[in-house]
Amino acid sequence: MLELRDVLETVQMIENENLDIRTITMGISLLDCCDSDIKKSCDKVYEKIVRKAENLVSTGEKIEKKYGIPIINKRVSVTPIAMILAASGGDPLLYAKTLERAVNTIGVNFLGGYSALVQKGFGPGDEALIRSIPEALDITDHVCSSVNIGSTKTGINMDAVKLMGEIVKQSAEVTAYKNCIGPAKLVVFCNAPEDNPFMAGAFHGAGEPDCVINVGVSGPGVVRSAVAKIPDANITEIAEMVKRTAFKITRVGQLVANEAADRLDVPFGIVDLSLAPTPAVGDSVAQVLEEMGLEQCGGAGTTACLALLNDAVKKGGVMASSHVGGLSGAFIPVSEDAGMISAARSGCLKLEKLEAMTAVCSVGLDMIVIPGDTTPAVISAIIADEAAIGMVNSKTTAVRVIPAIGKKVGEELEFGGLLGSGPVMPVNTASPEKFISRGGRIPAPLQSLKN
Amino acid sequence: MKMRAVITVIGQDQVGICAKVSTICAEHNVNITAVSQNIFDDLFCMVMLVETDKLDINFGEFSELLKEEGKTMGLDIRAMHEDIFNSMHRI
Repeated sequence: MLELRDVLETVQMIENENLDIRTITMGISLLDCCDSDIKKSCDKVYEKIVRKAENLVSTGEKIEKKYGIPIINKRVSVTPIAMILAASGGDPLLYAKTLERAVNTIGVNFLGGYSALVQKGFGPGDEALIRSIPEALDITDHVCSSVNIGSTKTGINMDAVKLMGEIVKQSAEVTAYKNCIGPAKLVVFCNAPEDNPFMAGAFHGAGEPDCVINVGVSGPGVVRSAVAKIPDANITEIAEMVKRTAFKITRVGQLVANEAADRLDVPFGIVDLSLAPTPAVGDSVAQVLEEMGLEQCGGAGTTACLALLNDAVKKGGVMASSHVGGLSGAFIPVSEDAGMISAARSGCLKLEKLEAMTAVCSVGLDMIVIPGDTTPAVISAIIADEAAIGMVNSKTTAVRVIPAIGKKVGEELEFGGLLGSGPVMPVNTASPEKFISRGGRIPAPLQSLKN
Repeated sequence: MKMRAVITVIGQDQVGICAKVSTICAEHNVNITAVSQNIFDDLFCMVMLVETDKLDINFGEFSELLKEEGKTMGLDIRAMHEDIFNSMHRI
């Protein structure tokens, strides 16, 4: 018989501490949809997504009922559309419209993969796709876009960095009438993972199987409350507690992943061991750090606490799952995390500190609202800095900043839902124009001679 | 293999909790195999292990039924497949 306390602990996690499965993401390869006629290609893309994912939402709902655990999002990731566009040519926006139509048919929350991988240079289709991103994110509601501009093995494509600064800015401008939502659906990556289930950066990599189920768990609220239960513990004990909690959270993720894979008759890919916050009170990564003993997230000690948290989450999670992948680590999206929002509002959390934090946790500068008059060159330079951290440290980093058109530091931008809201944060405006306009590539870093 | 679920009841202690929950189980062909209860932090907590393979409605409906009945008594009643507890607490 199960222990009464164990049963109650699980119920408590779900009921009061916001434990949930953040996403079941079905990865679908579109490589077999390539056609030299873009109309035929779009038809095949639509048909394949709908065929593979038609039962994804209803299956997710059945699993939710069976185990009594909320599954917040059901999503689809597809082969980077730039690869399909390379074969078909034509107007990339036709693909954006096709993807949106497929989303509306199957009822998923988001679809990722309006993407291009240009870490070493632009292939056929890449540049056209990237230039279409601002309009694609304006005319669709559920399609997410990502561009990989660097990696540890290839270095950083500075031509792409320059272009992406402009694209992020344009994307905000064309969606200014709907709270600049465009760039909230656009991620610029270094070392992008091919099996990431989280938006907006999900895409289905070329090395992936035809169709696969990846699951992302959540649970900052559970970790925070576990840490709160041991107020006088030393740091070793806190790390142990986080590890044990992460294990439990991840086991649920694995259970749901197996069940979803079985029911949909699709292979299980990975569980992404991420702590993904939501704007809900208590479900915050910043508050976990504060629970460890910081007055407010962003102050001195933040990077150390985050490093501990990130590492302990992975250690606990790895043992709980048969395959781990994706981004796996603590997320620090400012506008999606109540603790980060208040730290940014009070001025305790600054962009520079966030950059330091990204060196020790998953992803990067995420959901950060910056002044609307920030120049494309400054955005490009922020992307370059963040990519450099990822490139040198062999980890994924990303930039998802939102220029709030017409707004200045101190004002707020509201997205609603999981994307939350955020204060406009100050950005260093010293001009990197010359550096960014040079173009070329930053060579791949040395990975040996580590003495 | 038998399909087993865990019913948890949390809330203010009162007359008739057991009776109410077991009546619903009986009405829908659910066999109760173990019951354990205690008071934690002044809250009444009961955990029932049940077999649901002969359940005459689908599991989602059954758990909804319990939840609604719980609300009328000011209790939080949930039915969840036992695997979620096993996977979380056993290696």
